[in-house]
This record gives sequence, structure tokens and C-alpha cells, in this order.
Amino acid sequence: MVVFDKPHALTDVPLHYCPGCTHGIVHRLVAEVMDELGIEGRTIGVAPVGCSVMAYDYFNCDMVEAAHGRAPAVATGIKRSDPDNIVFTYQGDGDLASIGMAETVHSAARNENITIIFINNAIYGMTGGQMAPTSLPGQVTQTSPYGRDTAQCGFPIKVCEMLSQLDGPEYLERVAVNNVKNVKNAKKAIKKAFENQVNGKGFSLIEVISSCPTNWGMTPKRALEWIDEKMIPYYPLGVYKDRSAGK
Amino acid sequence: MAKLTFKTDKCKGCGLCVDACPKGVLALAEDKINQKGHHPVEAVNEAACIGCAFCATMCPDCIIKVER
Amino acid sequence: MADKVLMKGNEAIAEAAILAGCRHYFGYPITPQTEIAAYMAKRMPKIGGTFLQAESEIAAINMVYGVSATGKRVMTSSSSPGISLKGEGISYLAGADLPALVVNVQRGGPGLGGIQPSQSDYFQATKGGAHGDFHMLVLAPASVQEMAELTVKGFDLADKYRMTAMILADGTMGQMMEPVSLDFAAGEPVEKPWAVTGTKMARPHNIVNSLFLKPEALEKTNFERFERYERIKETEVMYEEYMMEDAEICVVAFGIASRVSKNAINEARAQGIKVGLIRPITLWPFPEKAIAKAAEKCKKFISVELSMGQMIEDVRLAVNGKAPVTLCNRTGGMIPAPEQVLAAITDAAK
Repeated sequence: MVVFDKPHALTDVPLHYCPGCTHGIVHRLVAEVMDELGIEGRTIGVAPVGCSVMAYDYFNCDMVEAAHGRAPAVATGIKRSDPDNIVFTYQGDGDLASIGMAETVHSAARNENITIIFINNAIYGMTGGQMAPTSLPGQVTQTSPYGRDTAQCGFPIKVCEMLSQLDGPEYLERVAVNNVKNVKNAKKAIKKAFENQVNGKGFSLIEVISSCPTNWGMTPKRALEWIDEKMIPYYPLGVYKDRSAGK
Repeated sequence: MAKLTFKTDKCKGCGLCVDACPKGVLALAEDKINQKGHHPVEAVNEAACIGCAFCATMCPDCIIKVER
Repeated sequence: MADKVLMKGNEAIAEAAILAGCRHYFGYPITPQTEIAAYMAKRMPKIGGTFLQAESEIAAINMVYGVSATGKRVMTSSSSPGISLKGEGISYLAGADLPALVVNVQRGGPGLGGIQPSQSDYFQATKGGAHGDFHMLVLAPASVQEMAELTVKGFDLADKYRMTAMILADGTMGQMMEPVSLDFAAGEPVEKPWAVTGTKMARPHNIVNSLFLKPEALEKTNFERFERYERIKETEVMYEEYMMEDAEICVVAFGIASRVSKNAINEARAQGIKVGLIRPITLWPFPEKAIAKAAEKCKKFISVELSMGQMIEDVRLAVNGKAPVTLCNRTGGMIPAPEQVLAAITDAAK
């Protein structure tokens, strides 16, 4: 009996991500959910600009590549064109929480019936490790070489907490993928985020605390530990909004 | 008795599977280099495998198939 | 004869878009094009379409990108400063070879500029309008009837050539009311096998994308796109000639400037001056052959524009040194009076 194998919704194209980068885990979870819900044939994914820019090669469903930060607007167009299709965006922290913040907030406020997978690894990976809107206070990056100075460049943005203040969104949860237990929880959250869309409930965003061993300057193993030590204390895991909870 | 199959050429040698395994089944093959230039993972103690798939759960590159 | 209705130019565009099968409109309020959005907000819900006021021009054009990727007809409209914001999305539409209709009801610039009519986005519209190697089809209506007809034509051409068609109007054309016949239909629907409609597990996945990391691949797509542009230049140029048969002076003007120019030409003809008009209807592709042909017999050219002189560069390229080309213009929201154009014609006749 096969206990575990590559999901169908994931293509055979080798991922370009660095060794130990958790993007691959999240890709797989999204693909597993597509398989389990039987929605691959009617799903359209929207890839961002950033490390996951080539996500369009990795998912077997139809894919659209969006401009930097605009994925929620592009997804809005796709969803409004055919509301029976399932539309998700896959975005990093620079894409979603910096250049695309307006698109993020307004798609949430509209309760647009889409699913957003938001990878928060506190850094710009693709361009070589610059400070992200979610970089931690004191975090050393290429553009904060002395550590993020909050007096000079402000504080990280806590996306789930912020969006939870809106009346619009259906479901907001923050998960992590730094150990088996957290990955299993992340899978549950991602599945629920897609189920919400299938059931017409509206906007679901899953923030996934992820690692960037290369630009954090750590081994893959150490990077997962750093998530526990530094990231999760600043970005507590949990459900930030679930309108249909208990119903 | 569980069975593990690896897409060795896709392995990037990150070792996250090795750390995830509760039974010490896996190790990076220090004496081998795959097409990508990494030391790929291999089962050094497959008899101890319980088929929990923790390794595959943590593998970012989906190279591990687990059968039981 | 079909019944005519009295409509504003902006409303004519909106109704014509609906007739052309457009069921998705995304926009952001800006003067002087707001009637288009208001019209769509009223009509779309009643015909099962989508009207959505986006959070920004940038979001609106990216919503357009999303709908276009699914293969459906879609449009947005704005005015000059808003078109600058849409530039990003217009470039991505070009890079992904997606059809769309974008309306620019121009106002004076640069910057916030003013809200009065202008033609000073000619460069932006005809030379690409954003980063990268690409063109838009640019259609310049000179009547409310043409606002409607060119909207339908724009959708057809956009689908045929997988590119953005822009209606380059101005504040006067948008606000002006004239009788319009809406008795026309869109062309045959174009097959769009590239669209993202869901694989239904029956075909390989479609990818709509403008990223080509290998320079060889990007060069190839740009070459292919420009081969298409050459076909467009051969087959899709539209222009009107007015009193050109015996003309010795050629006025070149589009949109509202062409209407002012016609008045001046009528007056000049009454004074015995042999002057005619070439009115480009497609600004890209530009009617360069018609102007080059006119340059074989006309001694002088006058470019009449509501800008500091932008189209004049294309006129000079087409005339190719065979005759002097002068500018007759107002800018910043001002419109040349027929008297000013007449004076330019009389000067040229001396």
C-alpha cells in the first residue's frame, strides 16, 4: 500500500528552490489538497513575482503569472470570469505584504471568493536576501546590514492580525512548516481554505511561516529551529478569523 | 515492513528527511554525488522503517515514496 | 435606417462594449471618463456581467489581465494619469499576448495636469506606453458614432491579434453628445485555446505568462510579436481623406483636432486655398503610406494637435523630408480654434 507519493497536481518538473527551502513542502500541500478535493481540472493558480515566480511550471492545473503584488487582482478577474472555477494565489511576503498590500487588503475586504497561500519567510529570496516587510526587528539582511532598525524603517507587518480587523474575510490562519506536526496542521488549514472556496464562503488566507536557509545564512535544519526560536514568537500560529467556526 | 523509494537525482541533500525520521533509517550518502551535485539521501537501516512518512512529509522536493 | 439615440461619447463606448460581448468592466474613478464606469455600473448587473470598482488603476488593469487570461472580452477605462498607472498591466498584457480594450479619455498633463481635453498621451499610446518591446493598437475616434464603432472594432482586433487595443479619445469626445446608431454587431468569436479555463483533466495545463528567463526565448517571442505587428501595418491601417484630391497643403489631425481642422479647411477652400485633411483613425499603425503618397504632391504639411507636438514626429517620418511640416497646437487643456488653424493654413499658402 502506498502511504506517500507525489500528488498528481504537482508536475514532474524539478523545483528550482535551494536545498531545504520549504516552498517545496507548501507546493506539495497545495497539490495534495487539489488531489483530495478533486479540483485540479477546474483550478487556476496565480503565481507571484519572487522565489515562487516559476510556480506555474510546478502545478498541473492551469496557471497564470501575475505582476509583482498583483496576484489578488488577477485572481479576482479570473474568479469573476467563471465563479465555478477554483482560484488560488501563491505569494511571498514582499509580493503580498509590500508591493501588493493594496490588492491584498481590498480582495480581503471584498471577501473575494479566492484562496491565498502566503509564504512568510521574512526576507526577499529571489533578489538575494533583502529586508522584507515581515523581517524581524534586528534581523540582518542585505539591505539591513546592521539589523532591522525599527526607528529607521519601522516594524514588521503582521498580516493575519491586520486583516482580521476587516469585516470581509472568511478565514485567516497562520501555520508553519518547520516540523511534521506543523506541516500536518498547515495541510489542514490549506485544505479548509480551498474547501471554503468550493463552498462559496469567500476569502481565505493561510500565512505559512517558512524558511530561507540560503538568505538567512543557516543550514536547512538550523533554519527550521530558527522558526521556532524567532519567527513563531513574533508571529504566533493560530486561527485569526473563522467566520463559520462553531456554525 | 515498509518500503522506501527515492528519486535520487532530484534530491538536494538538505537532510530535512534525515532529521525527521524517528528511527534513524536515513542518512546522506557521503560517498555518492547525484546529477545535481548533492549527496543524496539513502536508507541505511530500512529494516527499522515503520512507514510513518515523516521523511516524505518534510521533503521539499517530493522525492520519497513510502509503501507499507 | 436604424434608429439613432442621443448619447455622450463615453456612454457610446460603454454601450458598444456591451454590444461587442464585453461582460467584464473594471475601473477606478477619474475625470473625464467617469460616465463609462457609471454606465457599466448600471448595465452590467442587469445582463449578468461584472462591474467592479477596483481599489486602484493598477488593480483594475490586473483584473482585466485575469479575465483576459480566461479568454473573455474585458475592458477598463481611465484618463491620462490613470493610464500611466495602468502602464504596468498593459506591458504584462503585451508580454503574455492577451487581448484587452483600454480606453483613455485624455486630459492635460503632465502630472495631475488638468481635467480639460488633451492629446498629449500620443507618445505614450503609440510608442508602447510602458516598458518593453511592444505596441498597442490605437484607435482615435472623431465622433460619438466612431466612439461606438471603434470600440467594437477594437475588441475584434484585440482578439484577432492577441493584444491591447486602446481607444484614444479626449475629454471633448467623451463629454460630447451626438446621435448614434448602435445597429452593428461584433465580428465572429475567435478561438482561444490558450485560455485558462481549467484543464478538465483533459489537456495539459495552460500557462499565461510574460516571463522568459532565457534571452533566446524572449527574443523569439518579441520577433514573433513584431512579425504580427508587420501584418497589422499591412492590413489594419485606417484613415480618412478630406478634400485631398487636389490639395497642395495637407493638414494632419485626429480626434477633436480633426473636427476643428475641417471647419478651417472649409473656410480656406472658400478663400480658394487648395488644402485637404488626412485624419488618422488608427494612430498605431500610423497611416504613413497615405501621408507619404500625399508628400509626392503637397508642398506643405500642418500637424494640428492638442499637445506640444507629438504626432508631428510621425508625420515628419512619413513625409521624409519632401516638404516642410509645421505645428499648429494648443496644449494644457486648450483647444485650437478654427481661426488659429485657418491662420496656419493661410500662412502655409503664402
